[in-house]
Amino acid sequence: MRSFSRLYATLDETTSTLAKRAALAQYFRTASPADAAWAVQLLRGGKLPRLMGAAALRELASEVTGFPSWLVAESHAQVGDLAECLTLLVESVAETHDADVDEVPLSQWIERIRAMTSADDEVRRVWLADAWRRLPQAERFVLNKLLTGALRVGVSARMVALALADASGVAVERITRRLGGKWLPGAEAFMALISTLEDSGEDSAATPYPFYLASPLEGDPATLGDAEDWLAEWKWDGIRAQLLRRGGRSLIWSRGGEDLEGRFPEIEAAAMSLPDNCVLDGEILAWSESMPLPFIRLQPRINRLKPGANLVTSTPTRLLAYDLLEGGGRDLRQHSLSERRAALENMIASIPGNAAIGLSEQVRFRNWAELGAHRSLARERNVEGLMIKRLDSVYRDGRKRGDWWKWKVEPLTIDAVLIYAQSGHGRRAGLHTDYTFALWQGDGLVPFAKAYSGLTDAELLELDRWIRTHTIERFGPVRSVQPSLVFELAFEAVQLSKRHRSGVAVRFPRILRWRRDKNPQEADSLDNLRTLAGLAVGD
Amino acid sequence: MHRDLLQLRAEGLYCPAGEFWIDPWRPVHTAVITHAHADHARAGMGRYVAASAGIGILRARIGMDGEIETLRYGEGRRFGAATVSLHPAGHILGSSQVRVAVGDETWVVTGDFKRQSDPTCAPFEVVPCDALITEATFAYPVYRWPEAGDVAAQILEWWNACESRGASALLLCYALGKAQRLLAELARLTDRTVLLHGAMVALTQLYRDAGVSMLPALPVGDRRAPELVGQLVLAPPSAAGSPWMRRFADVETGFASGWMQIRGHRRRRGHDRGFVLSDHADWFDLVRTVRETGARRVLTTHGQQEVLARHLRETGIEATSLRTHIGDES
Repeated sequence: MRSFSRLYATLDETTSTLAKRAALAQYFRTASPADAAWAVQLLRGGKLPRLMGAAALRELASEVTGFPSWLVAESHAQVGDLAECLTLLVESVAETHDADVDEVPLSQWIERIRAMTSADDEVRRVWLADAWRRLPQAERFVLNKLLTGALRVGVSARMVALALADASGVAVERITRRLGGKWLPGAEAFMALISTLEDSGEDSAATPYPFYLASPLEGDPATLGDAEDWLAEWKWDGIRAQLLRRGGRSLIWSRGGEDLEGRFPEIEAAAMSLPDNCVLDGEILAWSESMPLPFIRLQPRINRLKPGANLVTSTPTRLLAYDLLEGGGRDLRQHSLSERRAALENMIASIPGNAAIGLSEQVRFRNWAELGAHRSLARERNVEGLMIKRLDSVYRDGRKRGDWWKWKVEPLTIDAVLIYAQSGHGRRAGLHTDYTFALWQGDGLVPFAKAYSGLTDAELLELDRWIRTHTIERFGPVRSVQPSLVFELAFEAVQLSKRHRSGVAVRFPRILRWRRDKNPQEADSLDNLRTLAGLAVGD
Repeated sequence: MHRDLLQLRAEGLYCPAGEFWIDPWRPVHTAVITHAHADHARAGMGRYVAASAGIGILRARIGMDGEIETLRYGEGRRFGAATVSLHPAGHILGSSQVRVAVGDETWVVTGDFKRQSDPTCAPFEVVPCDALITEATFAYPVYRWPEAGDVAAQILEWWNACESRGASALLLCYALGKAQRLLAELARLTDRTVLLHGAMVALTQLYRDAGVSMLPALPVGDRRAPELVGQLVLAPPSAAGSPWMRRFADVETGFASGWMQIRGHRRRRGHDRGFVLSDHADWFDLVRTVRETGARRVLTTHGQQEVLARHLRETGIEATSLRTHIGDES
């Protein structure tokens, strides 16, 4: 694992994407195919099965080092990253190392971790404690990263594909395509990934095309030019997916590369009415009558591998298609959107109108002002805003600016009081950057949202200092602070919720600005938020 | 109730028996100074008492007008009923611990200290005492310092790598203490000349005057990009992001500090490299030092005082945290 831990350190040390890409390519050129395969998987965000939860890992560190558990917990809060904290704590009992003794390749470490999933708790603990003591610090850190989740080292799936292309000479489009769908790491899979030979039809039959992603439109759509060159649709708040009909089978893939087979039986059933060898791009939504349901309703359906009949009846789902990437076995991506759209509309017309697959209707408009008026009604329709797509655009790969735009509704906002703070993770480690906000209910403040983003680095530092000097009480890493600072929060939607003490849940809360001009008595009440909730859910 | 030998007053840490203050933050008539860093040595005191080894630096820091009385390490000086002596703290050149004895009771204030070897100053001396007031800047067990020599070797390797790709290596570090320690550590590995930011030039000369052996160094002066290629340049952290940086074309920045032990701190500052080198004691040396002094009572200050105090209490030492105005560096 030495060369992989060196790669990790290099990726971690530089902020330059070019330097990262070069380091990745160098690793792919020199690593064994089995190691390279796992590097591809892990750097694209792949995770290994969890052997132990965070609490169990901290407890083991406490046992191994002799530090009391509160001190391990305090250290975790100070460092932010659990894997890093464990690595540093264990340093005090680590053995000294001779270079190159017992070097075990990355792929074998992963085999060991996977083998441990079927071992007893005690066996796992003994195994891990031993690994901690024997591994040098950099490798111990990588092992702990593997055991606690994704690597998160500032590398995108796209960058991995580019580096693979650099290392192999195979075009990045082919690499991306081969990595689409469910790619299983292994030496042979890696050799196939960088093979210069043409893919057989079978290899590509089950994999989706790389998704084309829209860019946010910040300003006035008039800057896009003539309105008649563009098509508009609602921006649905569901999950992006491709539906593949190939060889009589139906497959559904999420944008994250997850195989959703079995999760949406009603959509798979409807797909039987589609012709063979076609690929639709669209959005899966929870659906009722003629309206999409809020995203929160879709969540149980995403999580359930085989939904029961009750769930399917109470929360039916629907795929709204907006693009046709393949028809009659032909790749249509280089055709214009207007051509693809016409073919899609033809195809959807052949299936019943109330089926679980439908068309994402166009929003008709004659000029940008009219489109703006449509957008102002978006929240009442349970959609996030509008998509604006150039009619003559081809279907590209990844997020390329210019042809597809998402024009979201203005967020809802409310003024709330800061009541708790907790230290952050990653580059925010050791700073209190995770905040809990409250609203008034009578004379009391009721917590209703957590937010992490929206302040500048300078504001984060200033607020951290303020929190340290205005702490009322500490509960481990969490501090309650004097309720005197007001922040304007933005969020996309409000839902009534039984799981939250405030009775409401807000979607994507973030800090819009620090309201230094307001005192806490001027913050909003929970009733104000409920009023917004009433508007948002329309009941 | 027992009257404490040292007490926290509005002006700072005060000794009633000797009528003097230690590192006060407001003007007083008599200030015993542990070392010349700005949060410990402030201008405006009537009279300063400090270790003779650090007199040059202290003069440079607080101006020439203050009356300074110097003590050799270990030399006793009577203030009223109290006997005061200064002992090496190993933090920077001339840094001291303050020992205060009244009758048969002894208190020691560590000031900032470290136990790691440092070629620029006298090594820390364990001073047995009844009560110890200790700093706690890095009081978490995740802070465990690597050998300074290994860190210097990493810095040299980085300098070479920058040079071979035609870049400058800008190493940010505190201007007093850390910069000179780096120059002294690197002098064991190379004899090349280093360039210094203007804020470090006079201080480094004071170290040379005191007989500390370091790498040759020249002021950056008005050198511009082409002359800076392949050079190692030392500058205070405040230089990063300032117009001073415009002199560089292709530059990598490193930061030498104990905080660099944590990746998040390094990433937040946006530096290319972090080098773990501190002039404070790590967790293990903090705990070891408390034990070695034999103190039955410990007051923790300066940083993570609550964490260290709780840990000490659990090992049977009467420990409480003390809030001073000396910066919470975290």
